[in-house]
Amino acid sequence: MFRPETGKPLYELAQALLRGPSTLSEAERELIASYVSSKNDCMFCMSSHAAAARYLYKDEKGIVDFVLEDYLNAPISAKLKALLSIAARVQKDARTVSSDDISNAKNEGASEQEIHDTVLIAASFCMFNRYVDGLASLTPTEPEAYEAMGERMANGYTLPKQE
Amino acid sequence: MAYIDLKNELPGIRGLMAYDQQAADALNGIANVLLCRESSLTKGEREMIATYVSSLNDCFFCQSVHGAVASAHLEDSDGELIKQVKSNFTEAPISAKMKALLEIAGRVQRGGKMVEHRQILDAIAEGATDQEIHDTVLIAAAFCMFNRYVDGLGTWAPSDQQIYKDRAPWIVEGGYTRPGQNIK
Repeated sequence: MFRPETGKPLYELAQALLRGPSTLSEAERELIASYVSSKNDCMFCMSSHAAAARYLYKDEKGIVDFVLEDYLNAPISAKLKALLSIAARVQKDARTVSSDDISNAKNEGASEQEIHDTVLIAASFCMFNRYVDGLASLTPTEPEAYEAMGERMANGYTLPKQE
Repeated sequence: MAYIDLKNELPGIRGLMAYDQQAADALNGIANVLLCRESSLTKGEREMIATYVSSLNDCFFCQSVHGAVASAHLEDSDGELIKQVKSNFTEAPISAKMKALLEIAGRVQRGGKMVEHRQILDAIAEGATDQEIHDTVLIAAAFCMFNRYVDGLGTWAPSDQQIYKDRAPWIVEGGYTRPGQNIK
């Protein structure tokens, strides 16, 4: 994010959505972010938010790759599956989210605020992913680079210090 | 009505912003820096990009709000210019630079990877600066977020275009704020 002026509100949004108060855990929110980024084929965001989710899931970090591979059969709650289904619809075309998708999530125990947060996280990654790929940003390919990034991100989103 | 109980009757993103004020402040921070700060792209040009992307995403509320604001900035009182940009910008009476930037914005709407080096070079050849290309990509990307937020939660939107036209001068004057927030 080479423009500090525009970078600041983007970091503030990421911080509010992924680290602000929510009944969805930070790990769950990072998982939604990484899943949407994988659907958008954004290697940088998918890898870095997967790394943050693995860091936050600690001993259960295997969940992350399971979800990215096949979330419907992953060892996660039925509620999180229903929220990921909503996130997938938002990624593809938000007009396809149906009242059935919403009732399904509610039946599995999702609150309205959790549904709201899922839609906004999914929508915001449709922005971040396009920003990163639309300007062809540098994307490291080594997994180690993302592991360190994930740990840093798990501790919060702040604008990088300018040289 | 929206899929969740927003505890208010406001349309589009305004209802969402009254529901979640913390998110609203972060989102308005983005809208204001992209659309309202001083920049070499005029406010009218930036609102035009926002409107075009919202029309590609078929988001009725966003294309109505930003279309009306763009028309207000561009002295397009009958809205014809914005209508032309939405239906076929290549034939609209706008600069070659704006056409090149709208081409980039349209590609961002389809996916970040759809932007090729060729479109960037075309924009530069028509006089676009790096900052202008950056801002175009980010405005287009941001509206892929705003549009999804508005439509993904099934918010309602007034169908009467006059309502958007009447509201536009307030936005031109005071920028983007959440309901109840004092305009600076």
